[in-house]
Amino acid sequence: MYDMKALYEAGSVAEAIELLQEHPQAQIIAGGSDVLVQMREGKRAGAELVSIYGLDELRGVTLEADGTIRIGSLTSFSHITKDPIIQKYINVLGEAVDMVGGPQIRNIGTIGGNTCNGVTSADSASTLFAWDAIVELTGPDGVRRISIKDFYIKAGVVDLKPAEIQTAILIPKKSYEGYQGHYIKYAMRNAMDIATTGCSVNVRLSDDKKIIEDVRIAYGVAGPIPMRAPAAEKMGNGKVVSREVIEDFSKAVLEDLHARTSWRATKEFREHLAVELAKRALTESVHLAGGEIA
Amino acid sequence: MSVQYKLVTCTINGVERSGMVDVRASLTDMLRNDYRLTSVKKGCEVGECGACNVIIDGECFNSCIYLAVWAEGKNIRTLESLLGPNGELSDIQQAFVDETAIQCGFCSPGFIMTAVEILEAGKLYTDDELRKLLSGHLCRCTGYENILRAVKKTMYKRLGVEWTEE
Repeated sequence: MYDMKALYEAGSVAEAIELLQEHPQAQIIAGGSDVLVQMREGKRAGAELVSIYGLDELRGVTLEADGTIRIGSLTSFSHITKDPIIQKYINVLGEAVDMVGGPQIRNIGTIGGNTCNGVTSADSASTLFAWDAIVELTGPDGVRRISIKDFYIKAGVVDLKPAEIQTAILIPKKSYEGYQGHYIKYAMRNAMDIATTGCSVNVRLSDDKKIIEDVRIAYGVAGPIPMRAPAAEKMGNGKVVSREVIEDFSKAVLEDLHARTSWRATKEFREHLAVELAKRALTESVHLAGGEIA
Repeated sequence: MSVQYKLVTCTINGVERSGMVDVRASLTDMLRNDYRLTSVKKGCEVGECGACNVIIDGECFNSCIYLAVWAEGKNIRTLESLLGPNGELSDIQQAFVDETAIQCGFCSPGFIMTAVEILEAGKLYTDDELRKLLSGHLCRCTGYENILRAVKKTMYKRLGVEWTEE
């Protein structure tokens, strides 16, 4: 038995919003792999819950008419990994979420929950930052769409207004067309572990595959929330692909990161990882994009 | 606050079942207490050890972090469904016995249900893939190699592929 005050199950998005308005103290539960664990730990003990787990309308990946990839917020990690649209256009996201927890966790955990809990280590978040994802939120005043960068406010806090729920994550066509990316999770174990640091890179090369037209890099656990490294991106853009450029690019990430010491790892180790992971993830992204490193 | 109940109807091991469930219950609570399916173990109860693993609509879930009310309309399978009409062991259970993949047995039902999902995929996985697929379970008697071998042997057998041990 869970120490819960009451449970309200929503049958539709509209009903979920109504329930959240009627019960302003209630917390949202999607897959529950964070909420129920925290309830067991006592952190959320005695809470009222609004369950949105039954909202099948928020499951699945679709390609919209303008080429936007729409990922319903309740889509599980394992379904994202197996999805043909994800595999075709943004395979790195499927690979990244395939590193969350273990198999059973990937069947219950949702991409919406992974982003709404606001933690920096979320395996989906750095890749979503690196692909300029848009977060769709639905509330009493209708639907609003904001960039994932603006969605994260501070550690554990996201821009979810009262009675609002996250309904989708969108990747616009201009964000993914022509890009190839790679994610590296550094953790102590291969399964059931949280990233010490995670790094997601993607790149668009020129037609002759010689020049980096655009490079994007984002980190988890290099600051209080997932973050991009704009100085490195600026440094890499427009450069001819070479070992030196990749080396300089990876060193430049430190200009933006705010790694800190925690019981998992020291600041120095995280900074070392940040540079090394940037180098490896960019090298792999260039290979995936068909480039050769001179 | 008065106790809140909900009628939950679902298919458990091939039989449609219906019952009033306390909304605070986990699926582990419901399967063990209401349906006496004690193969579903209470281990960590926070989704880390896999002892409570069951198959819901073809996919494995840790039933300890799955609300019982979410079972409405679902098809749930536990280890008990694997036995033959006279209590005969299934091939995967027999393989666990043959390969000494069991010591205390507490993790076995969870492991075996994950093995069932693996075997039903009908694919020939590599050792690395099998390790990853089995990684959501803890065995504190450290029987992982034997468990891997039991699953691998059954996988080869079901696919009719010959396996020679290195």
